[in-house]
Amino acid sequence: MRQKTYRAACTAGRALVDAPVIVRMRGISKAFGGVPALKDVELTLRSGEIHALLGENGAGKSTLLKILRGVVVPDAGTIEMEDRAGVSMIFQETSLIPTLSAAQNIFLTREPCGRFGLIDDRASIAEARSLMTAFGLHIDPATQTSKLSAGQLQLVEIVKAISQHSRVLVLDEPTSALAAGEVEHLFALLRRLKAEGTAIVYVSHRMDEIVRIADRASILRDGRLIITSPIGDLTLEQIIEHVIGRESGLPDAPPRHEAQGPPVLELRAVSGARRIRNVDLVVNLGEVVGVAGLLGSGRSALARLLFGMEPLDSGEVLLNGRPVHIANPRDAIAAGMALVPEDRLRHGLIAIHSVADNLWLPLLDRFSCCGWISLPRARRMAEDQVARMRIKTESIDAPVHSLSGGNQQKVALARWLATDPSLLILDEPTAGIDIGSKREIVAQVRSFARKGKAVLLISSELPELLAASDRIVVMANGRIAASVSPQDSSERQLQISIQNANAYAHN
Amino acid sequence: MHTTDTDIKIRSRRLLASWRQGIIYLGFLGIFAVFCVTLHGQGFLDPENLLNIVRQTTMISIMAVAMTFVLSSGEIDLSVGAVAGLASVVTALTIRSLGMGAGIMAGIATGLLVGAVNGLLITRVRIPSFLTTLAMMGIARGAAMWVSGTAAIPILSDRYAWFFGGGNLGPVPVLLLWTMIFGVVGHVALRRTSFGRRVLATGGGETAARYSGINTSGIKARVMLLSGFAAAIAGMLYAGRMQSGRFQFGEGDELSVIASAVLGGTSLFGGVGTVVGSIIGALMIGLINNGLTLMGLEYSQQLIARGAIIILAVAIGTQKRR
Repeated sequence: MRQKTYRAACTAGRALVDAPVIVRMRGISKAFGGVPALKDVELTLRSGEIHALLGENGAGKSTLLKILRGVVVPDAGTIEMEDRAGVSMIFQETSLIPTLSAAQNIFLTREPCGRFGLIDDRASIAEARSLMTAFGLHIDPATQTSKLSAGQLQLVEIVKAISQHSRVLVLDEPTSALAAGEVEHLFALLRRLKAEGTAIVYVSHRMDEIVRIADRASILRDGRLIITSPIGDLTLEQIIEHVIGRESGLPDAPPRHEAQGPPVLELRAVSGARRIRNVDLVVNLGEVVGVAGLLGSGRSALARLLFGMEPLDSGEVLLNGRPVHIANPRDAIAAGMALVPEDRLRHGLIAIHSVADNLWLPLLDRFSCCGWISLPRARRMAEDQVARMRIKTESIDAPVHSLSGGNQQKVALARWLATDPSLLILDEPTAGIDIGSKREIVAQVRSFARKGKAVLLISSELPELLAASDRIVVMANGRIAASVSPQDSSERQLQISIQNANAYAHN
Repeated sequence: MHTTDTDIKIRSRRLLASWRQGIIYLGFLGIFAVFCVTLHGQGFLDPENLLNIVRQTTMISIMAVAMTFVLSSGEIDLSVGAVAGLASVVTALTIRSLGMGAGIMAGIATGLLVGAVNGLLITRVRIPSFLTTLAMMGIARGAAMWVSGTAAIPILSDRYAWFFGGGNLGPVPVLLLWTMIFGVVGHVALRRTSFGRRVLATGGGETAARYSGINTSGIKARVMLLSGFAAAIAGMLYAGRMQSGRFQFGEGDELSVIASAVLGGTSLFGGVGTVVGSIIGALMIGLINNGLTLMGLEYSQQLIARGAIIILAVAIGTQKRR
C-alpha cells in the first residue's frame, strides 16, 4: 500500500539521466589506521537531482562526504568536478553566529563595501532580501540569528550556501530538529534549487522524506556501495534490506518474560521538555522496555524529563506506585532512578577526572561520614567495579578520557549500577563502541533487570533493542506511536514500524 | 604492537603531566637556590628575613587557598583584594566603637555578606563570575573608602594586633600558624571531603556533575562564600599587622592570588586544583618580591619582573590542559 503511493510521488526521477554531471567520484577507497572505511565507492551527482545517501551509522557516509568536501584525502580513486562547482555542507548543528543578523551571516567575510571600504550593512540586507524573495522565503534578513527557529536557521544557511554559488549542497539529517510545517518550507526550497540545477545530497534516516524528495538513492554498507538506483525503483523493504543486510553479532531476543512484577515506572499523560506530548508508559519489575524512534522523535527528551533535567508540564509520574515530583536530578536519584546520558564525555562522565573519581561521584554520600570520605573503602569499591565490569584501564587513577569508548561507557554504566537504582534509564548506551563491549553491555542490562529492577533502554541501534528488550515502544514526534514485541519482530519489521510511525506523525 | 605503542604514549604523557605538576616545586627550589647564592651578602638566609617572607605572604596564601576552590569549581573571584580592604576598615571601625569581639564578628560578616551576594548573582541571576566580582571589586573598594572617609583607622588593641598580626608563639609567628591552618583545612577539604569532590566535579564538567545529582549552583554559592570569608580574614590580618584599617589594603591582591593558584597547578578552566600548590605559589611570589627588593630593584622594576614571572607561570599552567 504504502510503497505504491511512494512510487507515484517519485516518477520525476527518470528525466535526470541526461542532465549534466557535476561531480563524479570513482573507485574511492579510504582506510583509517588500517581499518577500511570506504572500499571502491562510486558516486555521481547530476545537475538538478536530489540524491539520497543512505546507510547505518558507521557505514561510511560521513567519510565519503568529507572526501567530497575535500577535508579528507582518499587513498585511491578519482574525483571529477565541474569547474568552480563549490560544495556546501549543512549539518545538524548550525554554523551561523547567533549574535549577527541573518544578512550579516550570509555575507560573512565577503560583506559588500561602500565608500571608504567600510561595510555597507544596508546593501547586504537589501541583497539578502532579494535572495530571500527569489527563493520564496519569508525571513527578515535584519533579524538577529538567535531569534530564528531551527527551521529558519537551516533555510538561512542554505541561502548562504547558494549565495556562494555552490553547485553541490549536502544536507545531513536536516529535518531532525524541525517541526512538520518547517519541513514543508525546506522541501519547497530544495525543489526550487533543484529546478535551478543544484545537485543536492540528502542524508537522512527518515525513509518517508527520502521517497518524497529524492530522485536517486545510493546505499552504503560497511564502506561499500551496495546500490545506486532511482528511488522509484526501490520499495521501502528493499531499501531497509540494503541498509541492514548483515548479522548483528548480538544475541537473539530474550525469551518472553511472562512473570511480570508490579509497575516500577508509570507515566500518565506526561507532557513537557518542549517535545513530549501525552505519553503513557509502564515499565514493570524485571522488565527491559526499549524505546525506538528516529533522531528528534523525543526519546532523549523523555529521558531528560524523567530525570529532572527538563520541566514536566502536565501529567503524572509514578515510581513504585507512588506519585513523585522530580524537579532536578537529585530528586530523581533520591527516588531510585539512574540515567546514563547519551553524550558520555560531556554529560555522562567528567572526562578530565580519573576512573575512580567518576565511579565515586554518585556515591559520595555512601563513602563519607559527615562529609569525610573514607578513601580505602572508596578505592576498594572502584577496584571492585573495574573488575566486575571488566573495564580495561591502566589503573583506577587513569583519566577516564584515556579509555576506549567501550570502556568509558562501562564506567558510566558501572557508577550507576553501583547506586542500586530501581529504575535504570539508558540513552544510546552503545553508540560508537565495539561489538564486544556492546555484547557485554546488553548482557549487563538484561541481568540487571532480572534482579528485580526495571530498565528503560533508548537506542537507535535496532539489533541491540531487539536483543535486550522485553517490549519495545516506538516514539515519533514526541508521542508513543506503536508498541512492538521483539520476540515476534525482525530488525526489518522494527525499522518499518519506526518509519511508518514517523510518516504518520508528520502527516 | 599496537598496545605497546599506546602504553608508551600514555606513560610519556603521564610523565609530562607529573613534570608540569612538579615544576612549581622545582621552580620554588631553583629560585630559592639562586637567591641563596646571589643574595648571600644581603642577609637573604637570615631566619628573620625568611620569616618575614612568610609574614608578608600570609594574606595572599589564605586567599589563594579559597581561590583554589573557586577556580576548581570553574568560577573566578576578582573581588578578594577589595573585600580584604573593606573588612580591615569595618573591623577597625567596629573595634573602636564596640570592642574587639564585635570587630572580629563584623569583619567576618562583611566577607560573608559580599561572598553571599556574589554567589547569589552568579547562581540565581546567572551573571558570569568574572563580571559579578569585577563589579563587586569596585563596590567593595568604594564602600571601604566611604565608611573610612579615606583615612586610616588605628586599632589600639594589642591583643588584636598579636592575634591577627605581629604576635609570636614561642619562635613561631602567629601569621605562619594562620597559613598552616588554612592550608591544612583547605587541603583536606578539597582532597578528602565530599564537598571538595563536588567542587572539582562541578568545575570539571558542570552538566555531567548535574547528571550525577550534584547541586552545582549550591556548590558555587558556597565556594564564593568561602572566598569572601578568606578575603575578610586576610583583611583583618592586614589590619592586625599594620595596627590600623585602611581602604588600600589588598589593592592588586586579586592578581597575586590568582597567579599563586595557577602557578601551583590549579586550572583556570576548573576541575583541577591543589591547595598545597597554591600556597607554594604564594610563597614563590613572596620569595620573588623579597629577593628583588634585596637586589635593590626599584618598585617599578619589581612590578615588571613580577608581571613577567606571572605570565610565564600562567603560560605553563594553561598548557597543562591542552
